[in-house]
Amino acid sequence: MTEKKEDKFIQWVLFATGISSILIIILIIAFIFSEGLPAIFSIGLFNFIFGMIWNPDIGLYGVFPMIIGTLLTTFLALLMAIPLSLCCSIFLAEIAPPNMRKLLKPTIQGLAGIPSVIYGFFGLVIIVPFIRIHFGGSGFSVISASLILTIMILPTIISISEDALRSIPFEYSEASLALGATQWQTIKNVIVPAAVPGIITAIILGMGRAIGETMAVIMVTGNVVQIPGSIFEPVRTLTSNIALEMGYATGLHYSALFSTGIILLTVIVILLLLANYVNYKTKVSIGGGYL
Amino acid sequence: MPYRIEVENLNVYFGESHILKDINIKINTNMVTSLIGPSGCGKSTFIRTLNRMNDTIPTFKKDGTVLLDGKDIYDPNVDVVDLRKKVGMVFQKPNPFPKSIFDNVAYGLRIHGLNDNDVIANKVEESLKAAALWDEVEDKLEMSAMGLSGGQQQRLCIARTIAVEPEVILMDEPCSALDPISTTKIEDLIHKLKHDYTIIIVTHNMQQATRVSKYTAFFLHGEIVESGLTDKLFMEPKDKRTEDYITGRFG
Repeated sequence: MTEKKEDKFIQWVLFATGISSILIIILIIAFIFSEGLPAIFSIGLFNFIFGMIWNPDIGLYGVFPMIIGTLLTTFLALLMAIPLSLCCSIFLAEIAPPNMRKLLKPTIQGLAGIPSVIYGFFGLVIIVPFIRIHFGGSGFSVISASLILTIMILPTIISISEDALRSIPFEYSEASLALGATQWQTIKNVIVPAAVPGIITAIILGMGRAIGETMAVIMVTGNVVQIPGSIFEPVRTLTSNIALEMGYATGLHYSALFSTGIILLTVIVILLLLANYVNYKTKVSIGGGYL
Repeated sequence: MPYRIEVENLNVYFGESHILKDINIKINTNMVTSLIGPSGCGKSTFIRTLNRMNDTIPTFKKDGTVLLDGKDIYDPNVDVVDLRKKVGMVFQKPNPFPKSIFDNVAYGLRIHGLNDNDVIANKVEESLKAAALWDEVEDKLEMSAMGLSGGQQQRLCIARTIAVEPEVILMDEPCSALDPISTTKIEDLIHKLKHDYTIIIVTHNMQQATRVSKYTAFFLHGEIVESGLTDKLFMEPKDKRTEDYITGRFG
């Protein structure tokens, strides 16, 4: 009887903690919407999203260049990070000798623990001058931010993809080798395709980190509100906009920053849905055992 | 009748443990040979020596010779890829790839450089027919192989093996994960395949050995205790240990 009570009690505690984390997320979203929606109504949804000029002094609030800035830095970072991390995770999971793997994996995971402001410093001192000297301009640019973001999301994508690759049963490799396939043919045609859903999950998480990153990006993008003519020109992202101006904003300007948060959340949700859809499609095409 | 495989004084070690001791056996061409014996007696290790699958285990060591058609398969000049193409293998647990039925069979053809889609399609059909699976899957070749039953998956694995046209098919307890009806189907298939392939089958099931094989070898503690015609080995075993095993006194 007491054991049954204990079970009930533990169930209740787990339920309460589980629910509370969901509640917190809902509260945050509700709070941002309640603070930000009024500004969107008074500025006008279309003017806000597609407005090209952000100048609070004269009451112009258009975030379109920042949406572009966010998408551009994120996708450029993914473009560089995906091939790099895929190769690295294949090496770790399939080729590296056990001892090397034991050394490399924690090192790579350790990269995820470095504070973003440190990455920002690195970008400011190394990457920005490098771009300035070799490609002209101020060096504060889309490409600088993307390079920093690439480094920052590598550990996430590598370690999750590596887990996905290692979770593929050895029976598949064995079957492939027994048919006379080489190790590389086996990796390319059997192991990687079977791990695609896990790899996509890894990319989604990496993308989430890239979109949300604020501090390192502020330090290297130059933060000019414009649609950049090239990847060597400065840009401002949605997250930077909020962090840069929150300290002194008042009135409509203050609310408009919350509205920027709404746009950011919306962009993230749309990208997540897209990625999940792709993931679902590949799972279906791989078939039965994986659904 | 020439022998397809001749094994002379084979010893296999995994690190310090001596798994196979002084194995001598000759395998007849286009016949079925069963390997029987209790768990851990080295049967699986033995057949995995024949297609060099043990090479994937870092601590594997061997001495002695294994001849396939008179040529040493452990000769440094031998290409493992070619060897495994000639010596196919079906595993204990059905292990189709998480791909479509068609792609499972086409896989081996493609990795060996076949590109012509019509030729591939023909070979896939031929192999599935040879594996007695065609009638059940011909209208769902694009379906994932993971959706097939265990017995169908195992026949698909056999089709996949046949597709690359091996000379020898090694079967490592191919029916141990299957129900009796699927087992019967696989055994019927073995009877059909033995005309074209040299088959070596590891089995725990002595009835299965008598049903499918012409020759049988009895393994115990890493040695071959007795080998010969299946009927003889079961009816008049020469060794006391063989008699004890086949009459169910141990194992």
